[in-house]
Amino acid sequence: MARRITLKDHLQESRLFLRRTLAAALVAFLLLLALLGRLAYLQIVSHEHFRTLSEDNRVRIEPVPPTRGLIFDRNGVLLAENLPSYRLDIVPEQVDDLEATLTRLGRLIEIRDQDLQRFHRLRQRMHRFEGVPLRLHLNDQEVARFAINRHRFQGVDIQAGLTRHYPLRSQAAHAIGYVGRINENDLQVLDEKNYRGTTHTGKTGIEKTYEDVLHGTVGYQQLETNAQGRTLRVLERQSPVPGSDLYLTIDARLQTAAEAAFGDFNGSAVAIDPRNGSVLALVSLPGFDPNPFVKGIEYKRYQALQINPDQPLFNRALRGQYPPGSTLKPFVGLAGLELGVVRPDSHVFCPGFYTLPGKERLYRDWKRSGHGHMDLHDAIAQSCDVYYYDLARSLGIDRMHDFLGQFGFGERTGIDIVGELPGLLPSSEWKRRTRNEPWFPGETLISGIGQGFNLATPVQLAAATAALATYGNFYQPHLVRALHAPGEPELQPVFQPMVRQIPHSDIRNWDEVIRGMVDVVHGPRGTARAIGQGIDYRLGGKTGTAQVFSMPQDEDYEYDPEEIAFRLRDHALFIAFAPAEEPRIAVAVVVENGGSGSGVAAPIARQILDAYFKTQDRRMP
Amino acid sequence: MEINPGSGTRRTLMQRLHLDGMLLVGLLALCALGLVVLYSASGQSEAVLNRQLIRLGLAFVVMFVVAQIPPSLLHRWTPWLFSAGVGLLVAVLVMGDVGKGAQRWLDLGVIRFQPSEVMKLLVPMMIAWFLADARLPPDGRRLLGAGLLIIVPTVLIARQPDLGTSLLIASAGFFVLFLAGLSWRLLAGLGVLAGALLPVLWYFMHDYQRQRVITFLNPEQDPLGAGYHIIQSKIAIGSGGLYGKGWLNGTQSHLEFLPERSTDFIFAVLAEEFGLVGVLLLLGVYAFILLRGLYLATRAQDTFTRLLGGSLSLTFFVYLIVNTGMVTGLLPVVGLPLPLVSYGGTSMVTLLAGFGMLMSIHTHRRLLQS
Repeated sequence: MARRITLKDHLQESRLFLRRTLAAALVAFLLLLALLGRLAYLQIVSHEHFRTLSEDNRVRIEPVPPTRGLIFDRNGVLLAENLPSYRLDIVPEQVDDLEATLTRLGRLIEIRDQDLQRFHRLRQRMHRFEGVPLRLHLNDQEVARFAINRHRFQGVDIQAGLTRHYPLRSQAAHAIGYVGRINENDLQVLDEKNYRGTTHTGKTGIEKTYEDVLHGTVGYQQLETNAQGRTLRVLERQSPVPGSDLYLTIDARLQTAAEAAFGDFNGSAVAIDPRNGSVLALVSLPGFDPNPFVKGIEYKRYQALQINPDQPLFNRALRGQYPPGSTLKPFVGLAGLELGVVRPDSHVFCPGFYTLPGKERLYRDWKRSGHGHMDLHDAIAQSCDVYYYDLARSLGIDRMHDFLGQFGFGERTGIDIVGELPGLLPSSEWKRRTRNEPWFPGETLISGIGQGFNLATPVQLAAATAALATYGNFYQPHLVRALHAPGEPELQPVFQPMVRQIPHSDIRNWDEVIRGMVDVVHGPRGTARAIGQGIDYRLGGKTGTAQVFSMPQDEDYEYDPEEIAFRLRDHALFIAFAPAEEPRIAVAVVVENGGSGSGVAAPIARQILDAYFKTQDRRMP
Repeated sequence: MEINPGSGTRRTLMQRLHLDGMLLVGLLALCALGLVVLYSASGQSEAVLNRQLIRLGLAFVVMFVVAQIPPSLLHRWTPWLFSAGVGLLVAVLVMGDVGKGAQRWLDLGVIRFQPSEVMKLLVPMMIAWFLADARLPPDGRRLLGAGLLIIVPTVLIARQPDLGTSLLIASAGFFVLFLAGLSWRLLAGLGVLAGALLPVLWYFMHDYQRQRVITFLNPEQDPLGAGYHIIQSKIAIGSGGLYGKGWLNGTQSHLEFLPERSTDFIFAVLAEEFGLVGVLLLLGVYAFILLRGLYLATRAQDTFTRLLGGSLSLTFFVYLIVNTGMVTGLLPVVGLPLPLVSYGGTSMVTLLAGFGMLMSIHTHRRLLQS
């Protein structure tokens, strides 16, 4: 930098600045003049031209939303439909005295404060010649009452639309799901163009998973309007393409029977066709009526559902993670046989308890007096804990983890509705990773009888049972059988379930386990022999009891279900497949606080199977 | 007519508050006019009006606060603030948030901050500071240095990419140079150079920027796409005629033919509803503000404040010309708002902070002057 020049001629600089400022102002003035010239050209010289263009600017494009596809069960029973719904519109410019009209209308039809608020809010945004909605979802009586008095209300009219309706109400609500108003979150994933004009979108269940199939494609109509925007006529119309109808794998009659079988109990049942993974029934109780969600459920009502201790909105079939208890034993037994740890004729003596060598802690059998000499078949049929303690110890937790993992435990089955939880299949690596603790031998024993860390969802149990019943064909469970696209004569398949074959080492091992499961019901000492009375088909099954809280093992503690609060009672489980020779249905039943697998869960499973055979024998599968 | 702080010993209330009454009246008139148009453009939305009022309030508070800072203090801070600003620009390029496809925001946890906005003030301050301690007109070395100080932030902002802001910053710096007496010969040379550089600029442009230029040259080519804005805007302005269609009666805006009608294209709403008469009123207010700003600058007592004040006033005017030029189809679509009228906040605060500086320059005059 040059030497600093201290001598500044202030007067000269000030003059220079003034000159430059004047020059800048002159340029600014010239620019403004150019702008004014342009504006004069547009607004005066070409005014007529642009006025004509502005008046010709009369073609408005308006979206026409498509009709949402219907949902049927596998036999064509309607599960989700679109019912006409009526709303009351007011065209402000046709009404002389709006306040008086509103008051008179209020005497005829209930108009709540929130309706009025919405009305006034919309009125601000809409044109005076447009119909502003005042009341939504009029019932038939209100429609009739208004229709009679219509002549008294100039500028008030009823508009018809379609509203989603679920005729079976709470039945299969967790499978079908529901639609609700599109909100901010939905807008981020939905195709803005295709949803112009659409008000609702699938929020849960099938309605959400198959949203793109059910929704259809938006149509457009070109409207000619006058300069004020009033519609004069429809110039052109491109009709929307309605959504496709869906046919589910669910059998509504079986669903109804299964829900009824639970009586007052809460819980879940999943029935699967083991030949292809079709879900025949998906029960989660208590259910809920999805219809209020469509119209926008009132806050109080929603709050009541949320705080209800029975959690009606909770989808137990997919998200209820229960200890599988003894229902895991057939799988553990198969692991022992297939991995060569035991042979079908290997025996274990059951004195009613088990100890690890060098340890004092007693691991009890549920039968205090013990089962005596047990082989694998008997240990399944009579659910001997000691046999599985011993087997689990021989297998070790990690071999057990790898074998059971083939049946889908510990991972999502991939069922075609959202929200499924993976359950938990523990391993030593898992424990180190999540808890930073080593695996203890005692935990292996507890895992062998499906307690401890093990968690499974009802849909997992049903899928695993189906895989066992079919000698290792694991199908991805799914709820949608086919879709019916508008204008197409045939149904089209939608969901191609993945299938994986669990490898065999010896097919006779599977025979042995299945024989044990059949004798759970049909054997003289089977734990669920009570449900085998008067039955005209053969089934394989396994009872289970899941502890809600863990019992002290080594004290001489007599546990009385009557004594403790109902909610601390054990969950009752039962898995089954039938007919035993050629299984067409596999089912898993979890009864919350049912107490006993054999006494509560097994009879429910029998009722589901009975209902299946009663309906299926007359119909194609 | 005017407050003359140098002459008397009594100081008026306005002087004690460090405000300039005339400028304040002009700004308030502009904002009021803007709110009237905005109410119509937003479809009579009170919510939009309220949010705009809150932003304006905030911006006027910022103006008031800035007006309290003596110019000597500004002068001392200038190099440090400028360096910090350039640092932030680099930070934005390295780690900024991508908003609407461009990297302009710096997330400071609580607030998201747009450093390029502050540079609109810091660049003219820096150039004025740099030129003020030598004799004017600046010699070749000073010019070269000043050119460098303008180009660095301009390029950094253009890379974000934010063509509108980099253009404003470059012109703010240029105005300082011009007011400092950049020779006419050099000015002509620069003009020729700029013309020669246009193809180079084209090469460096993003696709959407090129598209804007193509659209500007021939809007009818793509009537449903990018050209739609300009066609509809011209129809809105032209159909307004001499007296306009009346407040709230603009069909182009209310039937939703005119896009961006609350923000960049709000001028077309005014022209449609109030006609050429309304436009003349608006331009009159803008011209008044510009002239008052330039007058205050000529009354400033030292070179730094003089150059700064002049540049800030002229930059304000650039907003107006670029925006109205775009809306009337004279200039390509560059996303600049109509200053203090368009809906939206960031530029509003910076503009009023700039006017705060002008008021500070005018009201912190030393009473004794040789």
